[in-house]
Amino acid sequence: MQVDLVIDTKGLACPMPIVKAKKALDGLTTNQIMEVQSTDKGSVNDFQAWVKQTKHELIKYEEENGIYKFFVKKV
Amino acid sequence: MEATNALSVMTAAELTRLVLAKEELFILDVRNESDFKDWKIEGERIDVINIPYFELLDGVDPVLDQIPDGKKILVVCAKEGSSKFVAEQIAQAGRGNVHYLEGGMKSWSEHLEPVKIGDLKNGGSLYQFVRIGKGCLSYMVVSDGEAAVVDTARMADVVEEFAKSHGATIKHTLDTHLHADHISGGRKLAEKTGGTYWLPPKDADEVTFSYDKLEEGQDIIVGNTTIRIEPVYSPGHTIGSTSLIVDEQFLLTGDILFIESIGRPDLAGKAEDWIDDLRETLYNRYRGLTQDLIVLPAHFGKISELGEGGKVMAKLSELYDKNPGLNIQEEAAFRRIVTENLPPQPNAYQEIRQTNMGKMTPSEEEQREMEIGPNRCAVHDK
Repeated sequence: MQVDLVIDTKGLACPMPIVKAKKALDGLTTNQIMEVQSTDKGSVNDFQAWVKQTKHELIKYEEENGIYKFFVKKV
Repeated sequence: MEATNALSVMTAAELTRLVLAKEELFILDVRNESDFKDWKIEGERIDVINIPYFELLDGVDPVLDQIPDGKKILVVCAKEGSSKFVAEQIAQAGRGNVHYLEGGMKSWSEHLEPVKIGDLKNGGSLYQFVRIGKGCLSYMVVSDGEAAVVDTARMADVVEEFAKSHGATIKHTLDTHLHADHISGGRKLAEKTGGTYWLPPKDADEVTFSYDKLEEGQDIIVGNTTIRIEPVYSPGHTIGSTSLIVDEQFLLTGDILFIESIGRPDLAGKAEDWIDDLRETLYNRYRGLTQDLIVLPAHFGKISELGEGGKVMAKLSELYDKNPGLNIQEEAAFRRIVTENLPPQPNAYQEIRQTNMGKMTPSEEEQREMEIGPNRCAVHDK
């Protein structure tokens, strides 16, 4: 999987991870993939609900050493 | 352009008083839909709507018409950040009387409101700590410079401060059973104040620490005045569940009997084994007690169980009249009700039990996360 853009929101709390992710997603073109990194456990549910609501595609979500990574494909 | 209005902060303590005074409030909860469905702030005159903050990233204009003008508005989220973000925009749009909840649902979950229940015969008082966000109740008996605390919440500092401000030293902390919905502060508090921690031995098979056995037939004396705490063994919710009679006036039922419901027997994984115990306690054992006793439970599940000034209490005889859980005549029907269609289990209940046994030692932040959500210890909580 080729990631086109990495958005680092580590250390940021709600709503900033999604605010930043939304800005970045708006600038992508169709089929591009964005990786969002976050350390905010509370935004895991929010992130999934947000992507669903935008109609874009959450390809993968993983956690590694307290860092949450979301891979979103612009539809 | 309309003038920007000032944004105000509301603390969990202020919100609690507003709920208890049955004041009017409009809440915009900006958490995601699943968290909102799981658990929310309730009050008799509180209207709540849920619009996740991530649907409002481009501004609040599309939802302004759903927010009543002229009412007190409170925006709520999990921790605070998102509610502030949304509330600022509502104020910028020219709305007045807009607040956000300081510390979000985390603070709401932790706030303890002390409420005086009554005086004891030979001096001294009994207080109830209402953990309004989670529906947990703990108690403090204060008499002649000494205090005993029952079913202490994790936020033990608040309880210790309260005792101090009433000139009392905490001599005893008691848990009526091994809790599955919240982390007990009893052991920590006893260690801090040099008091004794009491736990029913039948719930303590696997605990990793030393404790005093809370067993039937023992009196615990608080202060010089004879305040008797008489443990009444009453299994059902857990095998060790023990009720306490304070000052021959008050019956602390733990998680066996609530105001509008009864305890669920399944949280320690043995529902089938404990149904008969639960029925025996509710239908025989408590029947044999003085019916004038004031029942003080360890939880409430519905806002309607909060009485005047936030007190959660009722006469035992009244509960035999009105509580649906005490009026199931057929044993088979009782069995069905306490095992089928139960509400979901409390959040992280297995980990909470392990923590209360001393087998796990999560960090403060992890403990907070584990306790998120309502208590869900009653059969009728949906």
